[in-house]
Amino acid sequence: MRFVVPFVLAFAAAVATSAASDDPAAIAIAGPQNPATLSAFGFFDGGAERPSPRLIPYELRTPLFSDYAAKQRFIYVPEGTQIGADADGKLIFPVGSALIKSFGYPAKSGGLNVIETRVLLHQAQGWVALPYVWRADGKDADLRVGGTRVPVTFAHGGNDLSVNYSVPNKNQCKQCHSAAGNIMPIGPVWQNMAFPRAADARAIVKAVPSLARLQPYPKWDDSRTGSLEDRARQYLKVNCGHCHAPQGSASNSGLFLDGSATGAAALGIGKRPVAAGRASGDLDFIIAPGQPDQSILIKRMESTDPGIAMPELGRSTVHEEGVELLRQWIAAMPSNTH
Amino acid sequence: MRIRELLFVGAAFCALVQPASAKTIAVSPGEGAQERLQEALIAAEPGDVVELAAGRFKLSDGLSLDVNKVTVKGQGGSVTILDFSGQQGAGEGLLVTSDDVVLKDFAVENSKGDGIKSKGADRIVYHKLRVEWTGGPLATNGAYGIYPVESKDVLIDSVFVRGASDAGIYVGQSRNIVVRHSTAVENVAGIEIENSFDADVHDNIATRNTGGVLVFDLPNLPQMGGHNVRIFGNIIVNNMTPNFAPKGNIVANVPTGTGVMVMANRRVEIFDNVIGENGTTNIMIVGYRFPFQDPKYDPLPREVSIWDNQHSRAGWDPKFRGGTEIAAAMGGSFPAIFWDGAGGSEYTPVIQDDVPALSLGLKDIAADTAMAQPAPLARATSRPARLPAIIMPEAMEAAIR
Repeated sequence: MRFVVPFVLAFAAAVATSAASDDPAAIAIAGPQNPATLSAFGFFDGGAERPSPRLIPYELRTPLFSDYAAKQRFIYVPEGTQIGADADGKLIFPVGSALIKSFGYPAKSGGLNVIETRVLLHQAQGWVALPYVWRADGKDADLRVGGTRVPVTFAHGGNDLSVNYSVPNKNQCKQCHSAAGNIMPIGPVWQNMAFPRAADARAIVKAVPSLARLQPYPKWDDSRTGSLEDRARQYLKVNCGHCHAPQGSASNSGLFLDGSATGAAALGIGKRPVAAGRASGDLDFIIAPGQPDQSILIKRMESTDPGIAMPELGRSTVHEEGVELLRQWIAAMPSNTH
Repeated sequence: MRIRELLFVGAAFCALVQPASAKTIAVSPGEGAQERLQEALIAAEPGDVVELAAGRFKLSDGLSLDVNKVTVKGQGGSVTILDFSGQQGAGEGLLVTSDDVVLKDFAVENSKGDGIKSKGADRIVYHKLRVEWTGGPLATNGAYGIYPVESKDVLIDSVFVRGASDAGIYVGQSRNIVVRHSTAVENVAGIEIENSFDADVHDNIATRNTGGVLVFDLPNLPQMGGHNVRIFGNIIVNNMTPNFAPKGNIVANVPTGTGVMVMANRRVEIFDNVIGENGTTNIMIVGYRFPFQDPKYDPLPREVSIWDNQHSRAGWDPKFRGGTEIAAAMGGSFPAIFWDGAGGSEYTPVIQDDVPALSLGLKDIAADTAMAQPAPLARATSRPARLPAIIMPEAMEAAIR
């Protein structure tokens, strides 16, 4: 039986390759060679600010915090195919699809200085994640599988903030985008998505009518969209749940913030640290109900020291507003719940 | 299926099962070491060797390896140095997430978090490595030196670890484990086996830690019920470094001057070790004495057997609540072996060492140690059948011969 699987895979790969059209994106996405430049995909017309009309832009109601970077997200699906969804609202993309996400900071002159564009490619054998770093002239971006750091300064809350922005390496892409060792998209869950072009949303609902019945998830920073509890949990799910999940990179912690936790301890409430080391900051519990200052979760979110900071990747500055939300959530917990 | 298709599929099949001819990717220190080394670790294919030249690699971020059957090899733990003192991100120096990896002959220095972590990395070999926080024991050091977790078949041989603010060598939630011929110095815990099944810890030296060798089981984790651990042939002496773990960590509760500590594990054998000069005690067997809510967790240690260890001085400065009082009542010194009494007499450890041993009589694991009702533990006349030796897959042993 164990011989059958590679057999099938090899055959599927052969079929997929022969089926590739003359669309440059189809060839670039199919692999196995990783294109050296982003332009090989044809997603952008000579610059990050000019996405191809073939791309479907989308936004997230509650996004992952990445050092205050602005993000532009797109979906590419092959001609003649359709996005589907499972019963939980998780979008299903046909083989040959790509998810494309650009990261940048507002330029002093207006517009966005895009630093990097990450692509998730749905190949026949599974998803592949690749980071591309834009050249100084902004005309194309180069594959940087080893990642890099780019110093940036940007305005935030009336001050200039400087960070050593981290472009993840290919393995780090997988660290977050991993479920049971396989690469998976994280963001595209219907209830957390918004489509600037209404026709895009309509087309997806037409294909999967049950999506229309799903309630949108709260926006973490908009109290009209959900209770404090709901918004805090949604923030944790988006910012922490990709690793802190039973099949994720932090499975060994027993701290599950992806919505799967059934008891208080698995959510961190009254839970003692396991492998936190000095990140415990002399505190006893991940979440001490009613006491944000006594909660390791807050301490780690407020730190930028790599040995302490959570999330481990993609954050070198503190998300003050996110911390404030979780502080309020913990402060509101009755202190006798454990 | 036509013949041509058969040939194609056959060829693709061979390509899948036979790694391309193995190659060596050489990486030297110097300009751009971070990206060059990380790219080599990504470009490596199964069977390849990533060979690190001698010298100091100044790294700005964590490194990671996610390709099966790769060997990362330096020129020796004193000459090939991965220096993470300028690390800006990632929770560890080197992270391995693939199977059949061999790490050998290099050093990891001053990582901000853990030194080398391998997660879900089956059949991993750590050989002749040095992981060190060069400033010695400091609370600002990373937690674990060598840190395999959620893995099957783990071989750690001839490594040196110093300065970890949690455990020097820590094996968590794994099974089939050998830690041998290694040295752990000036860590909070020298060697720790936690929530793991089937481990041999033998012929190591654990000295100047807070606690030499720990065998723990903790609640609220995916893998619990740690059992079948043998601690033998080790030298576990002078573990008197004051506990420098940040409070909140479980090892922050390890009393300074502990030789071997067994907490909430089942079927543990401690024999043929040299244990001494530990100010609290040489061997301690205790329950998990914190509140917990986890119906699947068993807080009691059970089926612990102790024999043929060579003891020297212990217990002149017991560092736990009530310890000094008990020591005074016993003529100034705490015994070389003690059990907290967790669970009552049916859980009494089997002890055949020729030293005084004591039960604190704290049957209830919620009771304060200051409420101890000490009673001597008699020398056992027989002991249960021995646990079998842990055997590693032959390819892992071959990798270090």
